[in-house]
Order: sequence, then structure tokens, then C-alpha cells
Amino acid sequence: MHGLKGEGNVNSQEIARLDDILQKHDYNATLLIAIMQDIQKVYHYLPEEALCYIARKLKISEAKIYGVATFYENFSLEPKGRYVIKICDGTACHVRKSVPILEEFRNTLGLSKEKTTTDDMLFTVETVSCLGACGLAPVCTVNDHVHPSMTPEKAKALIQELKEEAANEN
Amino acid sequence: MSEKYMIIDGIRTAFTDEKNILQVIRKAGIHVPTFCYYTDMSIYGACRMCVVEDERGSVIASCSTPPKHKMVIRTNTSKLHQHRKMILELLLASHCRDCTVCEKNGNCRLQMLAARFHLTKVRFPNTHPEPVIDDSSLSIVRDPSKCILCGDCVRMCNEVQHVGAIDFAHRGANMIVSPAFGRPIAETDCVNCGQCAAVCPTAAITIKKDLKGVWQALYAPNKRVVVQIAPAVRVAIGEEFGIAPGKNTIGKIYTALRMLGFDTVFDTSFSADLTVIEEANELLYKLENGEKKYPLGNSMPLFTSCCPAWVRFVETKYPELLPYVSTCKSPMEMFGAVLKEYYKPADEEAGLETVSVAVMPCVAKKYEAAREEFKRNEVPDVDYVITTKELILMIKELGVQFQEIEPSAPDMPFSINSGAGVIFGVTGGVMEAALRHVADKNNEALREIEYSGVRGLEGTKIAEIELGGNTLRVGIVNGLGNADALIKKLQRGEEKLDFVEVMACPYGCIGGAGQPFGYRSVKQDRAQGMYKADKSAIVKRSCENPTLINLYENGMLKDRAHELLHVHYGK
Repeated sequence: MHGLKGEGNVNSQEIARLDDILQKHDYNATLLIAIMQDIQKVYHYLPEEALCYIARKLKISEAKIYGVATFYENFSLEPKGRYVIKICDGTACHVRKSVPILEEFRNTLGLSKEKTTTDDMLFTVETVSCLGACGLAPVCTVNDHVHPSMTPEKAKALIQELKEEAANEN
Repeated sequence: MSEKYMIIDGIRTAFTDEKNILQVIRKAGIHVPTFCYYTDMSIYGACRMCVVEDERGSVIASCSTPPKHKMVIRTNTSKLHQHRKMILELLLASHCRDCTVCEKNGNCRLQMLAARFHLTKVRFPNTHPEPVIDDSSLSIVRDPSKCILCGDCVRMCNEVQHVGAIDFAHRGANMIVSPAFGRPIAETDCVNCGQCAAVCPTAAITIKKDLKGVWQALYAPNKRVVVQIAPAVRVAIGEEFGIAPGKNTIGKIYTALRMLGFDTVFDTSFSADLTVIEEANELLYKLENGEKKYPLGNSMPLFTSCCPAWVRFVETKYPELLPYVSTCKSPMEMFGAVLKEYYKPADEEAGLETVSVAVMPCVAKKYEAAREEFKRNEVPDVDYVITTKELILMIKELGVQFQEIEPSAPDMPFSINSGAGVIFGVTGGVMEAALRHVADKNNEALREIEYSGVRGLEGTKIAEIELGGNTLRVGIVNGLGNADALIKKLQRGEEKLDFVEVMACPYGCIGGAGQPFGYRSVKQDRAQGMYKADKSAIVKRSCENPTLINLYENGMLKDRAHELLHVHYGK
């Protein structure tokens, strides 16, 4: 009867992982954002089942957690690709032509503003307002690894490189 | 220290412990407009309609500013006038303006304030989004496109009811009130109390109407339409027809229902008497055998079961306490079962079908009536539940001058009810009725119960009653947040009680979401009206109701009381 939708989808291994995160924060509901950040670190996004699980454990309503998850731009409820590419579109990067780089990434991967993740779950392309590395503009990050002075050509090569890396790993 | 005062619009107004300027202004007889202010909920300060100007020309929100001695404020200046009009214009810029076909037409605060500030034009283009309606619930309908983000529903659901089915989601211009993950409200822990709809100033959350089926049944020639009216309806319905809140209009309601075409009319107070007897017996049984027969023994009290929102709250939040919720059906469902049984032989003979309608102050009753537990052979015992508000619509549609019609009496054979059955509609009433049944059968005992602390609109009351040498310790709560707090206390062992009455709505059924909108003072008047009706009742105790005695001794309840009057949830 309890509204934990899809509880069956959370297996014991994942429950243990979530419990670890919760334990680290003493099951303290006021640390919700930190807990959610840790969950996002593991899954690259916030799975609904995980949020329902922590809602019950922290004794906060699912609706409240959903509210927090949707309030912050940095939290994502959509699954993300293995490589999350963030292209800076802050003022400095923008004037140094970040838009053609963004377009190159999107065109190469068949993505758009609405569709940000490739079907094979390898790449996610999104923009950020400033990465705080204006001296290296235009800049992008791949899973928090910084790539400075980008060009559309470099972008194309980067994709190729990442694809090969993924293929070798598999 | 001399008296503290403020100067409001040039008039000296004394204040004592008022928490904010708004309360002092209202005391001065000025009704500053608000969307998001309720004395029973936390202060949110979202709507900014209650702004006032201080001596230096600063504009401040009166709801969230504490009063200060010798403070000088104005509530009506050119600046404030423009400010309020601008807020209304901005709200209307993204709001549907088809008032004539809106559920809330005539009761919408946005509409009222637009009229009050004589808004004849909105300067901004209308960006009202296409409505996406959530009508998954049996009790409420959500239309977020009509939401003004005052947060009243969110605070009601979270602070007052501790349900947490809805909250704010997203940010800035995209902010909405939503259940978790945008699910339909019926798939959440929503208990169907409808208090969100009761406080919603617009039509973003409204109560679900079931009038169509009722009208169809009334127009059909081969249907016997029987109707029962809950206790709390009689002290509130008149408010919409210029009758003072709290005035008992049950006689007029009977007349109006007959004019509408209902074949037989009854008072749910009759079956409340049944509930009293069954529940009191269950209590006596539990006191004696609780240690052996209940999973946690007598460490947990027996809880009342009349309120379907409360039952759902236990099911979702405290399933382990379900065995402690009385197995008695609610009075509505008891009457539903009795009526369907009673008319069965006559219907078969005459080729009729009985349609059972209940007029309730409550929207959770709509959900209760549809529960599987209350269906026999796929047919619900109560076919339609309509709220006080819906009955008002029916009466108005027919053109009946409610304030002028003559009162009449309910139909035989269930025409007698006790005063105990009437007070079921107010917090503490079910408890008082049950105590009257188990206590000594003399008038002294009645008075003792009355003054034991079971009456009053406080959220949580604890009372002790002498019963055959033992002391019975009882709890009475209204508002699910108070119930939640009491359960936690019981679980921690800080409190030990024998019997607890829970009503989900603040102040009990008189404050139900199906009732006309009213602030606290209106609910106080309604409560007094209930006790007044009890005072004038000839029979005070349920067990002295002659019809009922007959039903138990010679009628259908002789062998079938358990089958017709009890329920086991979740089976």
C-alpha cells in the first residue's frame, strides 16, 4: 500500500549502496541535498526508485524530494550517458565561439536541445552557464575533466577518442 | 505598562499578543485582501496582497510583520492600490479567464478580488497554458493551469495533515504544485480529505462533483432514490442562503430534498446511533480481552473508524495499527447497507431499483463509497455521495427558496435518532456519544461527560472518565497532523490511552472539504449548532433509540449485525 513505486526495481546491492550514503549522512533529513548529490555521483542521475527509498528512510515526503530534485539545475531525473559533456556558454566562452562547438557535438551525435542523451547511453551533451575557467575559453568538460581552447575540429576528434575508449573498455 | 497600540489609517488600535499587523488590521475592522494567509497555517507571505505602507513610505507585507508599539501604517494609499492591482493583473496574465464555465465561478477568490479592485482590463497578453487536468482521484480534481502558487494546499497537506502528497516542484516561471514525479494524485499517499481544495482560492484544486448520476436517477421512473444526510450538513448549508452559520436547518433540508425528487429522506444520525452501540461494545471487548486478542495488546488504544481519510492515513502511514482501528463501518456505510437490505423485498415486488445517495460534508466519503469493502455483489451500498456544496448547487438550480421553505420530518421507519447521533459531526462528538453509551445511565453521568473535556475545537484533547470504578483515558484529535503526533507519542510510550477519536478535517466534519468555505469563527458557530441540536433532542443516548432497539431485537440486525455493520479493511 505504501507509495514506493517500483520498489521491486531496487535490488539488494543498490539498497546497500543507498544505505551507505544515508549512513554517511546520519540519516539526517536536513542533509538531503548532499545525500542526493552522492546518489547522483553513483548513477549520474537521480533514479526515481532511489529517491522513493530515501524518502521513506529520511521520513520526508516523496513530493518534497521531487521538489528539491526539480528545483536545482544540477540534479537530473533523466538517465545520463557514460560521458557527460558540458559545454560552457558563459560570456567569455560565448564570445570566443562556443556555439559552433556545441553544434558540432550535437550534430556529430545526433542530439538537440531537447534530446540530450544518445540512445546507446554513451553521451550526454548539455550547456552550463560558466565553468569558471574563462582564461581557457572556449572550454568544455567530459565527466569533470577539463578540455581547454576547444574548436569544432577538436570536438569531433574528442568524440572519436571517447568512442574508441568505450569500445576498448567493453 | 500602558496599553500597546498602533495607528491604522489614522485610527488608534490597541493590540496585545497579535502575531502580525494583519491581525491587528482585521481587529480594526478592515479586511485587507489575502490569498495565502490562514490563521491555522504557517505564514508564507507569497501573495503580497496584504501589503501596507509605513510612515516612511516603505511597503511591507502585513501578514509577516509583527506589530510594534506606536507603529503608524496605512492600508489604502495610491501606491498600495496600484501595487495590488498590478499583482492581480499579473496573476490574470497567465490565468484562464473563462469564469462563466469555471468550477469555482462565484466562489473564486481571484474573481472576487478582481471585482473588488474593479479590474476591467489586463494590460498583458494572456499566456494561460493549455490545462492538463488530473481527475484520477475520486474526491478532488487538479487543474494546475489555474494555480496561483499561493501554497495554501501545500501547507495544508504537509503542515496540517502530515500527508505530503503534494509539494512545489520546478523553479521560477516553471514552478508548479505537483505530486511526486508528476504522478496522478490517486497514485500517491493522498488520503482524499480534500482540505487542499477547501483552502484553494481558485479552481486549481476543486472537489469532484457527482451530480450527473444523481440527477439521472431522480429523473428515471424505475428508481427509488433514497437519501441520507450527515449531521454536519445541517449547520452549514444555510450559510449559502443567508442563514447564520450553526443554525440547524435539517427540516428544511428534508423538504428541499423531497422537492428535488428524492423518494425517501433519512438522517445519518440514525445510523450514527448504530455506530455508537457497535463501537462502544467493541471498546468494552477490547478493554477486557485486548491483551490477548490484539497484536500489541492494550498498549495501543482503539481508534474510531468513521472517517475514511483517517482510515486511509493509517493504511498508508501506519499499517501496523490497522488492527486497532474499529471494525465498525462508518455511519454512512452502515445506513447504506441497512437501506439496501430494507428495500430489497419491496423493490423486487415493485420492479424498482434502489439508488442510495448520501449528502456529506466530506469528499473522502466519495472514495469510501467506491471502496471494494463496501460493495456487495459488485454493487456499492451507497451509490452516490454528494457534498453539502453539491446539494447547494442542486437547490439553487431548482430555484428553491431554501430560506423560506417549511421544515418537514424524515421518513419512516428510520425517523428517530438520538442527540448522540447528531454530535457525530463535530470533533469530540463520536467520543461523547460512545461514552454516553458505556457510562452510567443517568443524567448526572451525561453532564459529567459533557464537562470532562471532550468538547471544544482544540486539535488534541485528553480526557478521563470514571467508568464502573475504573478510569477510562481517552484522546480526541482533529486534523491528521495531530493524529500523527499523538500516534508517535503513544508509540514512544509517553501517553497511554484506551480510546481515541480521529477526524481528519480540522474541527471535525463541520470543517469538511465538502462544506461551504468558512474561517474558524464560522466553524465555531457550526459546532455550537451541533450541541444545540443535541440539547433539544428527546433521546440522548443511542441505545435508547426505540427504532434501533426494534431493529436489533426483531429486525434485520437480529442475526446480521456483524455482517451489515462491520468491515475488515485491506482484505
